[in-house]
Amino acid sequence: MNAPLTDSTFALTLALLFLAPLAIAGVALINTGLGRSRSAAQALLGNLAILAVTVIVFALVGATLAGSQPGAAGAAGLSFQLAGKSWNWVGTAPFLLGGLGAAPAQAQLAVLFQFLAVALAAMLPWGSGADRWRLAAGCAAAAIIAALVFPLTAHWIWGGGWLAQLGQNFGLGAGFLDGGGAASVHALGGLGALAVVWIAGPRKGKFPQEGLSTAMPGHNAVYVLFGALLALMGWLAWNAAGAILWLHAPLSARPVNALNTLLTAAGALAATFAMTRFRFGKPDASLCANGWMTGLVASTASSGMVTPGISLLIGIVAGVITPLLVEALELALSIDDPSGAISVHAIGGLWGLLAVGLFAPQPGQLIAQLVGIATLLGVILPLFYLLFALLNHWVPFRVDPDGERIGMDLHELGGGAYPEFVIHRDESYR
Amino acid sequence: MKYAGLLAMPAGFLLTIAALVLYPAPGPRAAFVLCGLAVEGLGLGVAVRGHMEARRGNRA
Repeated sequence: MNAPLTDSTFALTLALLFLAPLAIAGVALINTGLGRSRSAAQALLGNLAILAVTVIVFALVGATLAGSQPGAAGAAGLSFQLAGKSWNWVGTAPFLLGGLGAAPAQAQLAVLFQFLAVALAAMLPWGSGADRWRLAAGCAAAAIIAALVFPLTAHWIWGGGWLAQLGQNFGLGAGFLDGGGAASVHALGGLGALAVVWIAGPRKGKFPQEGLSTAMPGHNAVYVLFGALLALMGWLAWNAAGAILWLHAPLSARPVNALNTLLTAAGALAATFAMTRFRFGKPDASLCANGWMTGLVASTASSGMVTPGISLLIGIVAGVITPLLVEALELALSIDDPSGAISVHAIGGLWGLLAVGLFAPQPGQLIAQLVGIATLLGVILPLFYLLFALLNHWVPFRVDPDGERIGMDLHELGGGAYPEFVIHRDESYR
Repeated sequence: MKYAGLLAMPAGFLLTIAALVLYPAPGPRAAFVLCGLAVEGLGLGVAVRGHMEARRGNRA
């Protein structure tokens, strides 16, 4: 067990956690801006509803399974023995956050961090299902994430579970390291987005019978770019709070942590800007925002672990792969992901986790990171697909064709986001 | 086809766990973990391929 937080560290971490929701606000704006105008209100309401659902469900069920409550870190939970090692696989914290008020300060902050993390993770698939995913189904999927998938992952990584114990049990560096949630938030949410896109299918008219896919640009680039700026503020706070809580980093390392976050994002934006300028003749606003976000996501894993120079390199790689992946997913793999969550959050998160292993000084850290990545791909993605496919039978994901034609705002909410604007006919419905 | 791919992915994960348990030496352990990841990659590739074929079928 680590030393308890000093009063000043507690106050700083609490303040950082009050700023961290700006990351959630940024992602919500990006999700909305990258969808169509006739679904904008439903998209933003969906983000808010998912936030509410995840918080309630995590308090009711998830926090118990995540097992990060008082006295539980690293110890409590159900374990089994295999090859002479203890494999702690699920938490057993008190039901309904019992005893949280009397818990040590660090445990309370850890629980607060997890509430924010689960909300952000559950919002990521929502952006990918934009323009055709029903609100009820989105909330039901968020409930599954908050009740089961996120708590298991968070316990394995942050709650003293088997991934955190890889160092202790198998001599693999410091165990699987994920200071800000690159795995438990971003890769998890991004893989959930892939499952949603597979199950819900593409937007009508996206992949016509003949020719290339139809371009369906986001309806408001200003939302997207402002969301990216807002996310930076949230990310700076998020990464610093995560490093204090999960990496037990000293306060003196926070400025470098913030600088690393900024450098990774800046490197990613510069690379995406240059890539799109080179490929299309002009920089692409939404792809640049996605590149910036991929840099932020990658920094979630690496900002507390690497030097500023390496952070810049990680960002540049993230910025190069983002536009290539967005294009490949759409044109080569027939995956319709309006918000780019799969490229940005799943791949960006996995790249950040891998980079920690590549550049960390401890021997064995790369293997620990690879085992964590294998867990995300080999357990979490199939689990998501299974759970969401079952859910789809009870609560159909996809809106009916008429609803998709008139837009999710009118169909689900009875009113548009921009009632005084003329909504143009969609060419893809000819 | 998509389900076959998704079933192969946990098999790759089990390979990585087997690597931890069976091979204490860093070299063979790393090789086995990479094999597990490769199986997961193949599974993902098959699942994506299955998705593409289903989409092609819907277009026709």
